[in-house]
Amino acid sequence: MLRRIALTLLLALAPLTGFTADARPLVADPALEARVLKLSEVLRCLVCQNQSIAESNADLALDLRAQVREQLAAGKTEDQVVDYLVARYGDFVLYDPPLKGTTVLLWAGPALLLLSGLAWLGWRLSRRARESGVTLSAEQHARAKQLLESANEPEPRQ
Amino acid sequence: MKAKFLVPLALFLLLAGFLAFGLNLNPREVPSPLIDKPAPAFSLPQLQVPDTQLSLDDMKGQVWLLNVWASWCVACRQEHPVLVDFASSHVVPIIGLNYKDQSPDALRWLDEFGNPYVTSIVDADGRVGIDFGVYGVPETFLIDKQGVIRFKQIGPVTPDALQNVILPKIRELQGAA
Repeated sequence: MLRRIALTLLLALAPLTGFTADARPLVADPALEARVLKLSEVLRCLVCQNQSIAESNADLALDLRAQVREQLAAGKTEDQVVDYLVARYGDFVLYDPPLKGTTVLLWAGPALLLLSGLAWLGWRLSRRARESGVTLSAEQHARAKQLLESANEPEPRQ
Repeated sequence: MKAKFLVPLALFLLLAGFLAFGLNLNPREVPSPLIDKPAPAFSLPQLQVPDTQLSLDDMKGQVWLLNVWASWCVACRQEHPVLVDFASSHVVPIIGLNYKDQSPDALRWLDEFGNPYVTSIVDADGRVGIDFGVYGVPETFLIDKQGVIRFKQIGPVTPDALQNVILPKIRELQGAA
């Protein structure tokens, strides 16, 4: 009996141990960190090339993220930080390549393919329309009729 | 119009050609925008003499190689004998950039495998590495008398690359004023 009361008391006290404080923010400046993350998502990691530096945990990605954070904290704009990285690593770091001489084909390529496909389709359709407009002479009509009629007759048994 | 049936074959061959070309490209080799640009300025402590700094200006007036290496870098071991061999020919000074390494490890590494470097400078936090656009160690930069980067070898320096690409460029740059 005494054991049961003790156990009940113990259980009644249990919720008190479930108390914890609010989670503290992981970074000192959440607003800055949000900007860092947003910019990091459009910068490509050069080590694991199909990840952004926000996703990658490669050493270089960590370093570049630290650079982005440091420079944004120092008051640079997003564009200035991007320029800084492009000057060192080239356009390859950008997931959104700029439109210029060497990337014209990249940007215009899909539209060119679509247009050439449409042009080809138009050409085929117009040719088909022309071909179906063939007119037969009276002699050809008679021959065609004869052929069709002979085809409708039952085949003589061999 | 007789050869019309050849059109799909021709298209296939064209596509196969593009794919074969693409397969032979190395996606790890990202062309550096720093080629033919002045090397980024640096001033870093030397590995063997941490009290003395080496800066870019110290190297002005000669053609030299900057080899980025680290004791944790596996491919560096592969290229190291090539560098040791090349250094013994004294064609150009090779400066090592010890990238994100622990100095005791780096010193032990040089003891064990030989030291091809005139000196190595210590880039412990990788900041100068970022300035040079380093993303995969080892990398080697060829820098001319005016301090302009003329060539970058990404990955290990192979005997073939050294003989056929780097050496001719060195001779050309050394001949220039």
